Amino acid sequence: MTSTVESYNEVLIHFQPVIGLETHVELGTASKLFCGCPTQFGAESNTQVCPTCLGLPGSLPVLNRAAIEYSMRIGLALHCDIATWCRFARKNYFYPDMPKNYQISQYDEPLCTDGYLDVEVGSGDEARTVRVGVERVHLEEDTGKSLHVGGATGRIGGATHSLVDYNRAGIPLVEIVTKPVEGAGAEVAKAYVTELRDLLRGLGVSDVRMEQGSLRCDVNVSLRRPGEPYGTRTETKNLNSLRSVERSVRFEVERQGAMLTAGNRIVQETRHFDESTGSTTPGRSKEEAQDYRYFPEPDLVPLAPPREQVEAIRAALPEPPSVLRRRLAETHGFSSLEMSQLAGAGVVDLVAATVAAGAPAGEARGWWLSYLAQQANARGVDAADLPVTPEQVARVIAMVADGSLTNSLARQVIDGVLDGEGGPDQVVAARGLAVVSDDAALGAAVRDAIAAQPDAAEKVRGGKMAAVGALVGAVMKTTRGQADAAKVRELLLAELRPHEAGPTDPV
Amino acid sequence: MPSITRAEVAHLARLARIALTDAELDHLAPQLDVILSAVARVGEVAAADIPPTSHALPLTNVLRDDVVRPSLAVADALAGAPAAEGGRFRVPRILDPEILDGAPADG
Amino acid sequence: MAEPGLAADVITGTAAELAGVIASGEVSAVEVTQSHLDRIAAVDGDVHAFLHVAGEAALAAARRVDERRAAGEALGPLAGVPIAVKDVIATAGLPTTCGSRILQGWVPPYDATLVRRLTAAGLIVLGKTNMDEFAMGSSTEHSAYGPTHNPWDLDRIPGGSGGGSAAAIASYQAPLAIGTDTGGSIRQPAAVTGTVGAKPTYGGVSRYGLVALASSLDQAGPCARTVEDAALLHEVLGGHDPLDSTSIDAPVPPVLDAARRGAAGDLTGLRVGVVRELSGEGYQPGVQQRFGEAVELLTELGAKVTEVSCPHFSYGLAAYYLILPSECSSNLARFDAMRFGLRVGDDDLNGAEEVMARTREAGFGDEVKRRIILGTYALSAGYYDAYYGQAQKVRTLIARDFTVAYGQVDVLVSPTTPTTAFRLGERLEDPMAMYLTDLCTIPANLDGGPALSVPVGLAPEDGLPVGLQVMAPSMADDRCYLVGAALEAALDDRRGHPLLAEAPKR
Repeated sequence: MTSTVESYNEVLIHFQPVIGLETHVELGTASKLFCGCPTQFGAESNTQVCPTCLGLPGSLPVLNRAAIEYSMRIGLALHCDIATWCRFARKNYFYPDMPKNYQISQYDEPLCTDGYLDVEVGSGDEARTVRVGVERVHLEEDTGKSLHVGGATGRIGGATHSLVDYNRAGIPLVEIVTKPVEGAGAEVAKAYVTELRDLLRGLGVSDVRMEQGSLRCDVNVSLRRPGEPYGTRTETKNLNSLRSVERSVRFEVERQGAMLTAGNRIVQETRHFDESTGSTTPGRSKEEAQDYRYFPEPDLVPLAPPREQVEAIRAALPEPPSVLRRRLAETHGFSSLEMSQLAGAGVVDLVAATVAAGAPAGEARGWWLSYLAQQANARGVDAADLPVTPEQVARVIAMVADGSLTNSLARQVIDGVLDGEGGPDQVVAARGLAVVSDDAALGAAVRDAIAAQPDAAEKVRGGKMAAVGALVGAVMKTTRGQADAAKVRELLLAELRPHEAGPTDPV
Repeated sequence: MPSITRAEVAHLARLARIALTDAELDHLAPQLDVILSAVARVGEVAAADIPPTSHALPLTNVLRDDVVRPSLAVADALAGAPAAEGGRFRVPRILDPEILDGAPADG
Repeated sequence: MAEPGLAADVITGTAAELAGVIASGEVSAVEVTQSHLDRIAAVDGDVHAFLHVAGEAALAAARRVDERRAAGEALGPLAGVPIAVKDVIATAGLPTTCGSRILQGWVPPYDATLVRRLTAAGLIVLGKTNMDEFAMGSSTEHSAYGPTHNPWDLDRIPGGSGGGSAAAIASYQAPLAIGTDTGGSIRQPAAVTGTVGAKPTYGGVSRYGLVALASSLDQAGPCARTVEDAALLHEVLGGHDPLDSTSIDAPVPPVLDAARRGAAGDLTGLRVGVVRELSGEGYQPGVQQRFGEAVELLTELGAKVTEVSCPHFSYGLAAYYLILPSECSSNLARFDAMRFGLRVGDDDLNGAEEVMARTREAGFGDEVKRRIILGTYALSAGYYDAYYGQAQKVRTLIARDFTVAYGQVDVLVSPTTPTTAFRLGERLEDPMAMYLTDLCTIPANLDGGPALSVPVGLAPEDGLPVGLQVMAPSMADDRCYLVGAALEAALDDRRGHPLLAEAPKR
């Protein structure tokens, strides 16, 4: 099956795709949902477990207050209604990752229902807003993690046994389920997850790191001919990057389009997305339909969020990303294209925070879209996950503006911050990165360079301006990059071609 | 209303992960039928507008503060395990990834 | 058997008396503990009340209590008194099997909250007592480790599921024990062994560390030879626990004070309701007779006795045998051979699913399998509304019956069990007949209110103990103790000795 833009668009001529997304978000609480174990990512196996999250006989759950507050924050930011009374339910199924062989979740009484998220797709004249309906937001517990041993590269197939780490078991997980989005395809799916991620990050409820699994997506896709009822859907599970969300929807639309065009039926099934091939494959088909035997969790009492609390949380919600973007665009004159670049890179709120910390908008945008984006890429993380704050970036920009750093030095300062050497001022001090602005010192370096490279100096005197680069380089080397290259060039020219040089700025 | 068949009992045993023997299935189906006939009496009560009781107490909003408490030592966590390896619980190979359906996610 | 004289009193005395002589320094906690360990060694071969005796640990704990006392520390009213703990309660460092093969040899890495309370109060845990597997049963015959025998007649059942705890007390192997009661597992064994057992208000005693059978019904409580002893233990166990979401955040009802007031024998003004639906067909004549006499006695003590109707109680058994299996099918899912307990069939060829199913087949007994299958059925899509959902509605109606009744009376009374102890094996092949044993005790579990069983004599036809049950509204546990103590005192007074003194000497 070929996967091309042509075939995707071709399918859309004949069919209307309908998508639905289920997103799981690990909340950033200090302790787990039902016990006091910590939630740190990357800890040694089974060092963050206790009788409760191991499901040992006799243990009991007690609900984490912060997890409820975070869930309500999410629900309210998605314009949901908050239940006046709801219960947790047990979802019963056996799996070695799941200590009790039931998951404490919510079933017919979710905490938050009936909301929406507006997402912007396209840019320029093509820009439009799609309203994605949110069916429900509920809270549940995460499972442990299995390492499959004996097969190829840790996969299930061919493994002789598995090794289970329950550190993740019991971490609070919010599930956000959309209503079916009609006429929406890969672009909307990706835009929704991106928007949701920015929203969640702004709410401060999760670190939303897809590569670490703190944000994961399942996407339902079906096709129908215009005017017909919904077609049979497939569900692609556990997508852990924005790119995978987009590619898997694209693939499913093409695959289902080809099947339907050829007169075949779509099988309702769960599919898995393979990053390396960009295709989805069916999961093993089930002998029997799942029957989760939900019933109200007797070990937890019902939840009845007081209305005053709901209103207090609503009143304290931060500005949503869309408003933030609009304000940013209007105040700083970013074009629609620039805004979509920022949104695409996931740095809108970071740029906003950098501007808020005093940086000019253009500079802030430039840093986050170029040097910081490159560093994030090189480290394999999202820009937001870089260990540098918008305030620190703003400080570096300010130091460039007042001439105490050159752009090249500023990048070295950022590198220092990223390497954990402290804030910008500490890095400048520790690395000795102040601009050499002492004319006498620079003058000496310039004269030394001319003396050391008489040939180059002669060429410049003779009008071969290209040769000045070698001399500038030499000066920069002796000053360990701490001189302003433009200034060095000026001084060299003043020395070698005094009749042409303009007045030198007193530094 | 009841009348539970041997095939139904076999299905339930699979759901409940109990490898019942043929003899047990033979024995259990008629016993469950008797029990179900007796407990089906609950259906005789007219209770259409009666709210169900899931909890004996009228408590709501029992919450704990988001405070970290000490976890078990790894050795204690693993002490009761039938098998362990490298600080992890060693379990037989997981044959059916499809059971993951509905699970939050596999690691 | 221990030496005659002082040691004999140490064995047969009440916990209150024992605590007194330990506190006065007449005997040490170590001596008391050793006497009980000796007694266990002497009689438990016949009774089989214990699954695990923690001799060394008990003596060490007793030594600590003696040291604390010698150091002048103020200790609780039961400090130094030995206690037996039902094997469904998690005890750090002591095996906890729940009477099941699937947990053979499992040693929990933590203590149940109530065990922590016992230890803090200076009680000495002697060991873990036998029970029907995962507390499913009314006879202890469903224990994977063999049945417990009734000290009144070794061929008869000691009740269940907590038959081990009741038999341990009745045979003077321990003055006190912990039981758990989901549908009568404290009260029914108390009734058939001539001892006292109380199910506290649901939420009154922490369930943290109690291996769950049916979470919305389970409640741990005291087993003792006297109402006062039960009250002393109740006050140690009770109280709020932040580790149990269903624990009531309120002071423990004043049960000890009530027990002492009751023993004075004045029930003037107390309104007692006899539940009409818990009598009649299926009730053994001798049980009816002793119950009737006890009710008359209540009138003589000044209580105003009336008959009260609780029309939905007759659906209690049916609702219970849907709610319990449903919850237990889920609670017992964790016994899957992955993290603890038995594992069968792990050969690197069988998958996890197969190993789980084979382990559960080998590790669970018939009754457990029966109830798991039943509960799986009752919760299944398509059956939920007709079974589990409808049972929960019946639960509401039963709770309403109680509310209406408590508008008219202060306490309700009934026989604890329809019959006296039946013979071992008699009902093993007839699950429904076994389930009927719990007919009178189940309503209090569905409602959540407290209930206490107190001995009211021997049935004339078989010479076996009969129990009377006192039920009260939630958090009015003290009323159960008041009535129980009044009956106990009056009956002991007439008889001239406690009922247990008539049990065969062992």
